[in-house]
Amino acid sequence: MYIIIVGGGKVGYYLARQLVEDGHEVLVIEKDAAKCQQIAEELGDIVLRGDGCEGVTLEAAGTGRADLFIAVTGDDEDNLVACQVAKSKFSVPRTVARISNPKNETIFKKLGIDTTVSSTAVILANIEQELPSHPLIPLLTIKGGGLEIVEVKVPPYSAMVGRRIKDLLLPQQSLIILIIDEEGVPRIPTSDMVIRAGDELVAVARRESEDALRTALTTSAPGGSAPDAG
Amino acid sequence: MNIVIMGCGRVGAELAALLDREGHQVTVLDIDPDAFSQLPADFRGTAVVGNGIDQDVLQRIGLDGADAFVAATPGDNRNVMASQMAKHVFGVPKVVCRIFDPIREDLYHSLGLETVSPTRVVARLLKEAVERATSASSGEAPAEAQARANPDPPGETSEG
Repeated sequence: MYIIIVGGGKVGYYLARQLVEDGHEVLVIEKDAAKCQQIAEELGDIVLRGDGCEGVTLEAAGTGRADLFIAVTGDDEDNLVACQVAKSKFSVPRTVARISNPKNETIFKKLGIDTTVSSTAVILANIEQELPSHPLIPLLTIKGGGLEIVEVKVPPYSAMVGRRIKDLLLPQQSLIILIIDEEGVPRIPTSDMVIRAGDELVAVARRESEDALRTALTTSAPGGSAPDAG
Repeated sequence: MNIVIMGCGRVGAELAALLDREGHQVTVLDIDPDAFSQLPADFRGTAVVGNGIDQDVLQRIGLDGADAFVAATPGDNRNVMASQMAKHVFGVPKVVCRIFDPIREDLYHSLGLETVSPTRVVARLLKEAVERATSASSGEAPAEAQARANPDPPGETSEG
């Protein structure tokens, strides 16, 4: 694959290194001469000095034959424009933009960027995993479908404790795909498996039903605020 | 009209003052509070410190109720992003975007943004001035320079 990376900062550098190792043809576009030189010294002749938002630079980079275009500068607006230019002027089939402001995710989607990676959201999610009190942790977004893989630790007070999987009332299109017990043993859930306090449930859920899923698995009063039955 | 201007540089401040004098309700947005010192003392509009490419900021200033949005920061990409947000997220009926880079201006114009490229406009004005000087004897009036969508404000020059 021919992959163009706009932005030769830390993210761009390590991404380029990885992709080169994986055997791809890679070109990094970077404005700063010192960064260009450093990348050239360490990774070889795979740098083009220039503005990745400019048509002339992208032309020189052979963007027309790129399979994948990834913009990872520190500025959301630059990543947006670089991807839009690549997409509409050079018909690159797939564009990926790094975003710092997680709110821009939906905006970028709306403006035609195929994939966004929110560095802030990723860092937050990783830190959230370290917080013991947080009941629902997003692990992974499944691209396209609006689905997320989340993890929930079943608190001892949960109404679900002692119930069988098949008796759980979960939001529509939510599936429990893995149960890790307190000893750390992973199990594929079966319908007769009983939920125990301290179990970690890994589930697939629609993003909009995350809250309902959280409520379903962590509400204490039995028969209390019941979520939509699935 | 309720008009929001992003960027209170020389052009943004001048434009805000012009529209304010004509009786429009003007909101100027800039990330630098010092920028508002460029506004005239009798400016009656609203000056807001904030980032124009932050959806929350645009929400807070009530962009969804604005009649027009003008992006006039020095950054082409900021202008492009903010204009697209104004148009596609907030549904502002009239959005005008300043883009210095003529190539990018072409692209975003073709993608449906109303754009003004000071580079292009000023280059044309300068060329016409040169031609006027060299062919002064002919007395031929050059075609009036026009911005892509809006007439160029008289006396306005591009600044960096």
